[in-house]
Amino acid sequence: MLGTIEELQERFRNRELTSKGLTEAFLRRIDEVDDSVGAFITVSKDEALEASDTADNRMNGDGEITSLTGIPVSVKDIFCTKGTPTTCGSRILEGFVPPYDATVVRKLKEAGAVIIGKNNMDEFAMGSSTENSAYKKTKNPWDLTRVPGGSSGGSAASVAAGECIASIGTDTGGSIRQPAACCGVVGLKPTYGRVSRYGMIAFASSLDQAGPITRNVRDAAELLGVIAGFDPRESTSIDLPVPDYTAGLGGGVKGLRVGIPGEYFIDGIDGEVSTAVQNAINFFKDQGAEIVDISLPHTEYAVSVYYIVATAEASSNLARYDGVRYGQRVDDGDGLLEMYKKTRDRGFGAEVKRRIMLGTYALSSGYYDAYYKKASQVRALIKRDFDLAFKECDIMLTPTAPTAAFKIGEKTSDPLTMYLSDIFTISSSLAGIPAISLPCGFTTEGLPIGLQIIGNTLDEATVLRAAHAYETGTEWHQKRAKL
Amino acid sequence: MNYEPVIGLEVHVQLKTESKLFCGCSTKYGAGPNSQVCPVCLGMPGVLPVLNRRAVEYAVMMGLATGSRINHESVFARKNYFYPDLPKGYQISQYEEPLVEDGHMDIEVDAATKRIGITRIHMEEDAGKLNHGATAEEAGSSFVDLNRTCVPLIEIVSEPDIRTPDEASAYLKAIHDIVVYLGISDGNMDEGSFRCDANVSVRPVGQEEFGTRTEMKNINSFKFVKDAISYEIDRQIEAIEDGEKIVQETRLWDSQRGVTVSMRSKEEAHDYRYFPEPDLMPLVVTEEMISDLKDSLPELPAAKKVRFIEEYNLPPYDAGVLTSERPLADYYEETVKLAGDAKVASNWIMGELLRLLNEENRSIEDCPVGPEALTELIGMIKKGAISNKVGKDVFEEMYKSKKSAEAVVKEKGLTQISDTGELSGAIDKVLSANPDEVERFRGGETKLMGFFVGQTMKATRGQGNPGLINKLLKEKLGG
Repeated sequence: MLGTIEELQERFRNRELTSKGLTEAFLRRIDEVDDSVGAFITVSKDEALEASDTADNRMNGDGEITSLTGIPVSVKDIFCTKGTPTTCGSRILEGFVPPYDATVVRKLKEAGAVIIGKNNMDEFAMGSSTENSAYKKTKNPWDLTRVPGGSSGGSAASVAAGECIASIGTDTGGSIRQPAACCGVVGLKPTYGRVSRYGMIAFASSLDQAGPITRNVRDAAELLGVIAGFDPRESTSIDLPVPDYTAGLGGGVKGLRVGIPGEYFIDGIDGEVSTAVQNAINFFKDQGAEIVDISLPHTEYAVSVYYIVATAEASSNLARYDGVRYGQRVDDGDGLLEMYKKTRDRGFGAEVKRRIMLGTYALSSGYYDAYYKKASQVRALIKRDFDLAFKECDIMLTPTAPTAAFKIGEKTSDPLTMYLSDIFTISSSLAGIPAISLPCGFTTEGLPIGLQIIGNTLDEATVLRAAHAYETGTEWHQKRAKL
Repeated sequence: MNYEPVIGLEVHVQLKTESKLFCGCSTKYGAGPNSQVCPVCLGMPGVLPVLNRRAVEYAVMMGLATGSRINHESVFARKNYFYPDLPKGYQISQYEEPLVEDGHMDIEVDAATKRIGITRIHMEEDAGKLNHGATAEEAGSSFVDLNRTCVPLIEIVSEPDIRTPDEASAYLKAIHDIVVYLGISDGNMDEGSFRCDANVSVRPVGQEEFGTRTEMKNINSFKFVKDAISYEIDRQIEAIEDGEKIVQETRLWDSQRGVTVSMRSKEEAHDYRYFPEPDLMPLVVTEEMISDLKDSLPELPAAKKVRFIEEYNLPPYDAGVLTSERPLADYYEETVKLAGDAKVASNWIMGELLRLLNEENRSIEDCPVGPEALTELIGMIKKGAISNKVGKDVFEEMYKSKKSAEAVVKEKGLTQISDTGELSGAIDKVLSANPDEVERFRGGETKLMGFFVGQTMKATRGQGNPGLINKLLKEKLGG
């Protein structure tokens, strides 16, 4: 058993383990299982081995050691990596090799982490099953006939399949938390602006946020501490110091006010999910937390608002993929307009096209007020719901997703049903507040169930403390997928 | 029927910042294609804009110089359209909430002052440039140069208050003078740093509502703005007289043929799908920043002109010429300070200096004769070392050779003759060579004095001191 990053650092220090040895073990594991899991688009074997050598030298006295030095991690293929192909799960970026690192990647490298590869994802992070990748299907390590969730499905599956210690995903409406729930791992979406978006390929700029996917809560706290912080290259990043997120772990939940939003406990939730979350609420109560019934009255509009705001921003963000400067170009010599049309027709998948069309419509003259503007106003009301509710509670507990992982192909023909996979994660994305998903049980079929803990703006510490208390008191996170 | 034109201008001004609006690349003109680019201005995946504060300051300064309201909070917006010179597929601009609103500009046409309203001034980034294949093998290809992409611009939108092509030209000139005065733009029209779009419509005199307008894009000279608007007014009136309807459309001024041609109609117009730019926070400008900038504003042309009239006792026309450009005004004031004579300095600058500069289309900044050199020349004339007339030749030589006045005078032996004996000899020769005139003068034809002075000057190759010659002549002829 591998234990936490903290324990690995202990073993590094005791010379029981080297970064190189650990990295090689993970590369072997990827060789063994990734043909069936499909968590990676690119495995950076040479770069990873080199980075592990550097890390080992650092630990032998050549440089500063951080909590991540020598630790093999993967990153979602949405992050630009200097010299390493970056596809964002799309055909249109096939062959694109960025000349720059995303800030998140730069921070990982500077901390001495070993980046072992780039994870599969729904094309441009649009999807809840990773089935929208242009490259491959990622399977759920707990049941290879099922999806890993999405869009950070490759990241969650790689951690669940033991192909790396941790991964960095991104979350726009639940893309870290829902796959974490599906794969039985921990996924944290920080406050919007806490982690720089520079070099992270944009889907919906006002919602996108990077965060860690890990095997336990402590690791999530360690990773967040490394990737968070103000970035002069990112105008919406928050210019406040980054606290030590591991410091408060172990503080327990006694006296913590735990809000239960009535609007989240609806008929459509799977019975086993409902029971597991109810048991988790009871755990908090038993540990001395104060359970408070709260209301988030505008919850029912969240999915609609999200699919207007996110698609509108996406329609604009994806305009740059025109075949002129990088990535794929389809040019049959029949003029500029045809080049644009053919490049984008062949480069984008069906879901991406659907969202570009939705977003273009929502921003069109004559419809802007009724759609985008109205959606922005309702978004402000959703945010206000949370502001008011957090006067009565410190955290909120909800299911992460209404069901456990579904079958591959089950929802691909019905986008609307697929969109409802994110019904419990979308509101907190719209409000820009932090939320974590962690395992809280298994279905009778042996599929993981996720518990979501939502916190107030910039209060990741309390979210992590509550998650840590739950994890410490339960054994769900110790179960591993058998491959 | 009589028609009244209604004209509004949208002026695009490139701001003179070192780096681009949203990245650190240089804004210098004329570098090799795509040599001043980075992932941000190339619109590569995942990159984000960071606002150049200096550009904001420049835009605020223009707002203050036009008596506008500076909005403490304004919002950047994306203007979406596809074109190969637009790397992101959208231009970052301002739309519903611009930085500056409700200003004005006073212009002078036919000696009357008229106030033109300014609706708004907003900030935006420029697009790149397409170079269409020039050689046979390149025919049909276009080359994208993104050096200009993301260079900061302000767009100054006027109210439809302009009524004649002359007013339009005067307004454009006034805006140009101010941006150059403020030092926020080089105003270079050939390099595209200063260009405008004109909206033109006509209506029967007395009618309240506006006619259908057309928009002419990318006019880059004061002459073209006049020509294009004149042509368009005539075209529209003719069309209406012929019973045609004016189509709302974008037209292009073809300066070669002197006509406007249709580019695209309203039906073909882009839907830009503006929405607030989510990658930038609302732009906040504090009261403190505004008042600091207000304090730093230089004296503007209109105020300077008034001061020149009062302080230097200049005629309004002269004051207008001398204040039309800040370097010229500075040159003048420097000369006055050194030479101590406002009228003489003005005469020299308005006369010889501007004549020579204009002949070569040179700017005052390239003038080979600086205020110190001019002052030296003025001093020599005042002292009587040379005559005013010789001074003009000396100036021209100074301008050509960059030599000092003294060096020129010495080299050419132009020193004024103030030696009474030498002059007396010359006068005696003149008088004995013209006995008839002497006779007639003594007979009362005193206006012949000018003739004798002229002859004596000629005899001394223009170097004789005219005052002294006059005095000696009077003595000799009167005696």
